Amino acid sequence: MYVAVKGGEKAIANAHRWMADRRRGDRQQAELAVAQVQDQLGLAVDRIMAEASLYDPELAALAFKQASGDTVEAVFLLRAYRTTLPRLAETRPVNTSDMCIERRISATFKDVPGGQVLGPTYDYTHRLLDFMLLAGGDRDVAEPEQADQDLEACPQILDCLNQEGLIEREQDDGSEPYDITRDPPDFPVDRATRLQMLARGDEGYLLALGYSTQRGYGRNHPFAGEIRQGTVEVEIEVEGFDAPICVGEIVMSECQMINQFAGNGDSAPQFTRGYGLAFGRNERKTMAMALVDRALRAEELGEPIQSPAQQAEFVLAHADSVEASGFVSHLKLPHYVDFQSELDLIRRLRREHAERTQGDTQHAQASGADTAADTATAPTASKECAQ
Amino acid sequence: MTSTMTPMQRHRLLALTPFERLAQGWQSLGIQARHRCVRGPETGMAMVRGRMGGSGSAFNLGEMTLTRASVALDDGSLGHGWVRGRDKAHAELIALVDACARHDHWARRIDSELMAPLAQELSQQREQASRQSAATRVDFFTMVRGE
Repeated sequence: MYVAVKGGEKAIANAHRWMADRRRGDRQQAELAVAQVQDQLGLAVDRIMAEASLYDPELAALAFKQASGDTVEAVFLLRAYRTTLPRLAETRPVNTSDMCIERRISATFKDVPGGQVLGPTYDYTHRLLDFMLLAGGDRDVAEPEQADQDLEACPQILDCLNQEGLIEREQDDGSEPYDITRDPPDFPVDRATRLQMLARGDEGYLLALGYSTQRGYGRNHPFAGEIRQGTVEVEIEVEGFDAPICVGEIVMSECQMINQFAGNGDSAPQFTRGYGLAFGRNERKTMAMALVDRALRAEELGEPIQSPAQQAEFVLAHADSVEASGFVSHLKLPHYVDFQSELDLIRRLRREHAERTQGDTQHAQASGADTAADTATAPTASKECAQ
Repeated sequence: MTSTMTPMQRHRLLALTPFERLAQGWQSLGIQARHRCVRGPETGMAMVRGRMGGSGSAFNLGEMTLTRASVALDDGSLGHGWVRGRDKAHAELIALVDACARHDHWARRIDSELMAPLAQELSQQREQASRQSAATRVDFFTMVRGE
């Protein structure tokens, strides 16, 4: 039975008004501009774009501001906005080999063509709070240093292993990839679907799962073969042009993980791969994604599926922060009637339990205790209630 | 630059150039061509695709905002503009330049007086970024111990 309840408009309006006031904060302080968020809190913006699955730095910054810095809420806002837009095109697959490199490192080879390029990174910092930033000493920040020469070409490092046949080769089978925004995923799902779901998955969640594989729950012996970050041109095919046209560029992060071997009587042992790709500067996310991508290939590679990170449906069905926070948050909504029925049920169970205990006590006094009856009657009682 | 560019080459430069710079360059070119929008400008999305392992089969990574416009000049000839993001004026201007550049009498001027400087600016900007990255390249050295 549903009971219509009305009310709370005024309370809600006042609660939102208070929220807006709290977001604005002390009026003596300058208001945070969206452009400042976009410019100076860029890594938060990038995480929001990746998890919202929509590349638009300005709108991601707006969402972050609107959500008072709550990343999950900001992802929700941007994801909701996305549903208002029509799909105009599919891009050609981005060519990360042609990336304008800002950062590119390999943990597997010291001397690689193009070299180890650190780019802007928090690696190698001492993780000590910088009190100069607190004192406003940030104003005179030096321009980045420039080398005399351009960066040398940075070929994909895994291609070097490819040439020797030491690592499994990625082949383009030309198939049209499944799109979970068009059709909901139907488990079991193929790798293209998995990668789409991982790419929009919550970073903390993927990080934990990736970490679990390193700690032994589905170990896959990873090495960071190559991590690259930079801008990539995006091309689409449209009418009016004989060939694909470039419509702009986006910042991306990519991680190529090299993992331990596969092989059997028929094929020689080879390194295997895990792959991570994300919008923006999202290095940690791509590393975690690559670990989980590799873990989810267990079945394909003939490995026993024993750990959480290897179970595709478990991993993928819970990766999306919008879905997860939606379902958890719905617990805040009124469940008055549901709970009323639970109350009725538990009162009845307790009444029956009391009666039985009383009966049992009398019975036990006669012929010994039989406590199993307690648990045996409980399911029957709840079934009756459900009807 | 004497040989004319292809519409694809022009479109790339037009899309990679910030709108303000493009508008200023187009204005100083002084080409007067009346146009009307026949489609858009409208903002939607493109699904960005990646490849497994960088070179394997395609997968859908996520969407990006994208704006398109198609314009017709008075003689009925068409031009199309597509640009990442939500800037409708940018998409419309790209479409206008595309339409004009498909006329031989304007193509040469557009290529030499607008596209060539834009190409140069883009490559300068990229070179600067590349040098900035190169400054963070690690120089390994080996400590020689003993003799």
